[in-house]
Amino acid sequence: MIKGLALLSCAFVLGMWTGELLGTWLGIRANVGGVGFAMLFLILTKEYFVKKGWWKVEMEFGMEFWNKLYIPVVIAMAASLNVKSAISSGPLAIFAGIVPVILAFVVFRFLIKSSKVS
Amino acid sequence: MEELIKVVDKNGLIIAFILVGLLTWLTDLFSKKILDSKIPGSAIAIFLALVFGYLGGVWAEGENGLADLKWFKGLALLGGSMFRDFAIVATAIGASFVLIRKSGILGLISLVLGIAVFFLAGVGLAWAWGYRDAISLCTIGAGACTYIVGPVTGGALGASSEVIALSIGTGVVKTIAVTILTPIFAKKIGLDSPSAAMAFGGIMGTSSGVAAGLAATDPKLVPYGAVTATFYTGLGCLVCPSLFYLLLESLF
Repeated sequence: MIKGLALLSCAFVLGMWTGELLGTWLGIRANVGGVGFAMLFLILTKEYFVKKGWWKVEMEFGMEFWNKLYIPVVIAMAASLNVKSAISSGPLAIFAGIVPVILAFVVFRFLIKSSKVS
Repeated sequence: MEELIKVVDKNGLIIAFILVGLLTWLTDLFSKKILDSKIPGSAIAIFLALVFGYLGGVWAEGENGLADLKWFKGLALLGGSMFRDFAIVATAIGASFVLIRKSGILGLISLVLGIAVFFLAGVGLAWAWGYRDAISLCTIGAGACTYIVGPVTGGALGASSEVIALSIGTGVVKTIAVTILTPIFAKKIGLDSPSAAMAFGGIMGTSSGVAAGLAATDPKLVPYGAVTATFYTGLGCLVCPSLFYLLLESLF
């Protein structure tokens, strides 16, 4: 179990590091795609391990736990967001927060349709 | 009683497990018995959590919603960026690399499209509201991307603290809007496959919103949405204070 968790953590740290390095390299104060890199590292490592026959069900258990914990984490996150100041920072914040989202839903629908046609 | 308070105070994270577990249990029961599973329990739980976050903000007058109340402070740790990112990465264990590679181009297009749509719409609304200087317009437009891009852009350009606060507020409203609206519109807009989820993550961008919205829609889609959404904030921080600002400056 802990081996799987350690593997997940390694992928996480390497991914975050890559994201920070990319951010520094691009000259911005932000992590660029750290989570995305970490996910790719994890997937690639898993495929490599499976191919080599090193992968064990028990290892997956350590990762599966965090995978399942994901929704509870999101719930906790939602409860600790600064909802009040978001709503009270004025009508512009509410409009500029909601209107583009609706617009983006329309754009998304269009993109999905056109990507399926082509 | 004093002893209990001491235990609660010392073990915030454990208390958070109890709180979230209790909420999930109740909303699952409510979803099954009363709504006939038409709305997933997790969607109700996330929505209620937002309501609690608001109430917490009213009661505690802090910045972390419910987590500013002493008894609930563990929520900020459980829902903080470390656990959030770690759990999102763990969802990748159920994702297929072949599918991600297949939809890579679509994801890339959606990222660029998403940042442009949110930035332009944000700038447009700020302009309609009476803002005319390029710095404020750019900061609010960046805030419409995510609540991180806004302050990073505003800080880089030297925007007023009032405008920066507004851009953070805009970004948080966006996260909440995506969280609530995604499960409602998912079917109508064709959000039902891994490649669609990748495009969705790229267009919407807010990692928290996309991940929460997809979790309430179909947990299997979460890793695909997250893998593109994670690049959005970085890309936004890159183009908003530079390319987009120069474009705005030449216009105003």
